[in-house]
Amino acid sequence: MATRLTTFAAPSRFYAAAGAAVPWCWAITALFGLAGLWVGFGIAPTDFQQGDAYRIIFIHVPAAWMSMLIYLVMAFWAALGWMLNTRMSAMYARALAPTGALMTVIALWTGALWGKPTWGTWWVWDARLTSEFILLLMYGGYIALTEAIDDPRRAANAGALLALVGAVNVPVIYFSVRWWNTLHQGSSISMTAAPKMASTMLTAMLLMTVCFWAYSFAVVFTRARAIVLEQESDTDWVRALTRTPTSEGRP
Amino acid sequence: MITVLQAVARRDLLLARRRRVEMLLPLGFFIVAAALFPIGVGPEPQTLRQIGPGVVWVCALLAGMLSVTQMFASDLQDGSLEQMLRSPEPLVAIVAGKVLAHWLTTGLPLVLAAPLIGLLFGMQAAAIGALAGTLLLGTPILSLLGAVGAALTLGLRSGAALVFLLVLPLTVPALIFGTGAVVAIDGGLSAQAHFSLLGALLIFTGLGAPPAAAAALRISLD
Repeated sequence: MATRLTTFAAPSRFYAAAGAAVPWCWAITALFGLAGLWVGFGIAPTDFQQGDAYRIIFIHVPAAWMSMLIYLVMAFWAALGWMLNTRMSAMYARALAPTGALMTVIALWTGALWGKPTWGTWWVWDARLTSEFILLLMYGGYIALTEAIDDPRRAANAGALLALVGAVNVPVIYFSVRWWNTLHQGSSISMTAAPKMASTMLTAMLLMTVCFWAYSFAVVFTRARAIVLEQESDTDWVRALTRTPTSEGRP
Repeated sequence: MITVLQAVARRDLLLARRRRVEMLLPLGFFIVAAALFPIGVGPEPQTLRQIGPGVVWVCALLAGMLSVTQMFASDLQDGSLEQMLRSPEPLVAIVAGKVLAHWLTTGLPLVLAAPLIGLLFGMQAAAIGALAGTLLLGTPILSLLGAVGAALTLGLRSGAALVFLLVLPLTVPALIFGTGAVVAIDGGLSAQAHFSLLGALLIFTGLGAPPAAAAALRISLD
């Protein structure tokens, strides 16, 4: 097991393996995305309270899940890179950040689109919306900090510390925002869906979740490969890669 | 460890006393920013009393962040920061001393000026007392979190602006409990829970932030 995990810690091996995995990730994304959209928009019944507006849940919920998960995964890899001084984990953490930020934006955006027909407003300072918004700011801070530092090693370690501090603070922020929200306007608006979700709706949501996972893997692998090429540009294997413009670089 | 902390704090206070106007700049910012709100929002006493606690707190957050980049910047320039990192004394104590000095020079003046701003916003005496009390507990949190941000952005071109983006999202809980206490007192309720949570937050940050800032300094000067 140990050898298997550390095999891909070498940027050159990761580059090759990720390159091979990317087309498969895209295939899974397309397959499950089409299936999920078909079940979600074609088969799942119309909600008797919200009409067809609820169908955005099939994009909204997976995006919200991914946005929170990616932050934790990013903090994990960044911390690993900092503690064990492995370059690849640090590069991987940096590759995750824009996708996490994108997922947060999608979750907020679809939440606004969903809120307009059901609550009658684009935005409320609901606990979940507010903490999601703060999460977006924290992604922004991580990206801004790592981009502002020129030295890749310092950028990776500073980003790791920031991501860890953020990960420790996320629960504190979430519960304080929840408390603040209940103090100010009561639980007049609750986003909790119907207690019993039709099984087709659940199926569609799970299919879309797999699609979002595969998409994240595909994009993050692609971005991580680009970062590897950028940071390892003075090594022999990257030079060899660029000298022979065959299909080797883009399988 | 305590002696190191005291020595660093005394040194920073001495340096601050030599540059008195620079030390008072955050206070000036605080008063100007808070005074702009009644002009922007309108002089309605009811509205002003309602937004008062939030405005004072947010302005205190911004004023605290404004000066926090200076915590390590001048020591980096004259090389004394590298000597501090090389010294056998624990870096955590040095950082804590600098945080203490920063709070005494910027946080405490804000706490003392807050009642004045509270009067400008027409707040009740009890609410003003609560405001000063929450700021007394809250501004050290800002100095502590700001130290982490300042250490991370040490020597960067865009460091001053970056600190705002890095640190302000983390100060949201302090802002919530701080303004919540004032609103509760104003509404005739007990603010004990708010004060307890704010105190817990201060202890939590006080234990976590100095080691984090020390680690950030080591990363930045690696």
